[in-house]
Amino acid sequence: MSSGPLDVQAQDGAPTLRVCALYPDLMNIYADRGNLLMLQRRCLWRGLGFALSESGIGEQLHPHEHDLIYIGGGQDRDQLLCAKDLVEVKGEALRASASRGAIVLGVCGGYQLLGRSYELGPGETIEGVGLLDVLTVRDPGPRLIGNVAIEVELDGAPRVLAGFENHGGRTRLRPGQRPLGRVLKGHGNDGHSGFEGAISGSVIGTYLHGPLLPKNAWLADWLTASALRIPVKELEPLDDALEDAAHQSARRAAGV
Amino acid sequence: MSVPLSPALSIARAAGALSRLRGGGGTSVPGRVLTALAPNAIELLSARLQMGTALISATNGKTTTAAMAAAMLQRSGVALVHNSAGANMEGGVASTLLEAARGESIDGHLGLFEIDEAWLASLTAQLRPRAIVLSNLFRDQLDRYGELETIAQSWAETVSEGPGGEAALVLNADDPMVADLGRSRKDVTYFGIEDEGVALEGMAHAADAKRCRRCGAPYSFERVYLGHLGIYSCPSCGQSRPAPDVSASEIELKGVRSCSFTLRTRAGAARVELPLPGLYNVYNALAAAALGSVLGLDMDAIASSLSEAQPAFGRAETVHVQGRELRILLVKNPAGANEVLRTLALEPGEHDLLGVLNDGIADGRDVSWIWDADFEALAGRVRRVTCSGTRAPELALRLKYAGVDPDRISVREALEPALLGALRDGPSGDERPVYALPTYTAMLALRELLVRRGDAAERWS
Repeated sequence: MSSGPLDVQAQDGAPTLRVCALYPDLMNIYADRGNLLMLQRRCLWRGLGFALSESGIGEQLHPHEHDLIYIGGGQDRDQLLCAKDLVEVKGEALRASASRGAIVLGVCGGYQLLGRSYELGPGETIEGVGLLDVLTVRDPGPRLIGNVAIEVELDGAPRVLAGFENHGGRTRLRPGQRPLGRVLKGHGNDGHSGFEGAISGSVIGTYLHGPLLPKNAWLADWLTASALRIPVKELEPLDDALEDAAHQSARRAAGV
Repeated sequence: MSVPLSPALSIARAAGALSRLRGGGGTSVPGRVLTALAPNAIELLSARLQMGTALISATNGKTTTAAMAAAMLQRSGVALVHNSAGANMEGGVASTLLEAARGESIDGHLGLFEIDEAWLASLTAQLRPRAIVLSNLFRDQLDRYGELETIAQSWAETVSEGPGGEAALVLNADDPMVADLGRSRKDVTYFGIEDEGVALEGMAHAADAKRCRRCGAPYSFERVYLGHLGIYSCPSCGQSRPAPDVSASEIELKGVRSCSFTLRTRAGAARVELPLPGLYNVYNALAAAALGSVLGLDMDAIASSLSEAQPAFGRAETVHVQGRELRILLVKNPAGANEVLRTLALEPGEHDLLGVLNDGIADGRDVSWIWDADFEALAGRVRRVTCSGTRAPELALRLKYAGVDPDRISVREALEPALLGALRDGPSGDERPVYALPTYTAMLALRELLVRRGDAAERWS
């Protein structure tokens, strides 16, 4: 695998976070690269290694080579192309990665594709990869757009995630599927259930972009630590004054 | 409710006067009142224009292109009805027509209107233009406009049927999504850049329209000039960039000040010294020149007007504040920001910057786009940057992750202290300018502040 412009060598035997971005040229509509940049810079500043690979349409995904697999949002037509590929070409490797504990993070369109199915329009439903037990359907109502804040409990203690959502699809959790969080302000999965996103083991889906990680540096650290299988408190502390201010700014925009 | 035109005009004028009296600056208020009272007012008033109307739409460059076209037309003796302050939705167009209406006639020969992308269909039906210029489509304000495909589809329908199907069409050959709109039309005038020297090494991260509108296959780009604009073809269905009828070649970019190029039209060639910076302004000049040639202006009027072009409202304007030069460069979406950053990078040395990020409706409530813009171009090139606006801390964070030293970044959310701080940060008597990079509502607020402080003239009422 060739080394990309974001790759960073680990220092003194520190681990390397190996990230794979799925369909980065198509599923990038809401500034998804901000999420990858956030992970990369924080690894760099901590002396951790960072390796980014990309997997596009028709390209196999290696089931053992990635600690974190990221899929962003795209335009409807592009999303359809990716959905087919995700199921037919990468489905098995993606499931294998998740079952050995790799983080799989889907944002917006990526979240929808991680579910069981996604309704594109009347009578046109596409199959998802089914890592999350959710169904996304259409609704005659308007797109759900705006600043959003949710409360999540990833390590027991409640914390806030802030971001922006913009989705036409309504996502329903099937019985037994845990949401990622509870909506404090905004629409969430479907505008009325009060739930946002979904989480099953190491697989996470959410509608929060903005992008997600720059607005919530704590989640970037939680994902990094979880992907490397170390406790978050083992990550070297960074000067997060600007990160904290950005998080507060996004929360204020959402009204939390 | 529908009111005859004449009383509707009077009521709408009164509403406008009242709104101004109460301190409302909204140029679209009287127009909105007018169209509510007389829904066919735009159609009736524009029908009074002897030379008809010409419309300009694009994600980026509408206001500047229209200002350039206005200068050419005025130099040729054409009196215009023109929404020069950029109020480009239905209310703004109606207000502009209302202001020019005189009894049963109208004060002007030709209507020149820049039109918001999402309003093109509706306003084309009402204005029945003789010419439509479509310049570019970039991702912008996804929360307001939706996907690019949706806009492209609406434009395609607008120019292929009804009044839009009869208008002369001017299209950017270098934007695949825009050029393809000419597919079903004859007599399209295409404009484009013919200069290998200004091509980029690769495509920007945030490039749009990488796939063929006809068949979905990825385009192959022989050259990229800006965003996804360049020389391209589709290896699958064979769609390719049309040969431009109006072109720029031998382009010289001179930092944030100016550029020059050889303009070629069907009527001949001329060297243009454009007093505006950046390749994006070369595209604006080409769009205006192509419209000028479609409207029958001679080469001399076109080229000499371009050589005297003035920056449009808040676009590369220069204002002197407290002994320093403040240059205002509007940034409102990734493609536009990238061109401003690229132009800034041509200036040597480290810069003093004032970035103002607002999330008003006209800016887009979603500020994600700053992560798609290549602020990395500023890494190592910033002496001081002050971040301001309603989402100032998020701009500051973006700059930190772009590689700007956090010690050089300060955050002052309120605009006036931010402006004064940015000006003071340099040594006194510093001859280097401060570059202000505001989003749209931030640009309006900054101009208002400068006018209030007496630093800038109120050029638009």
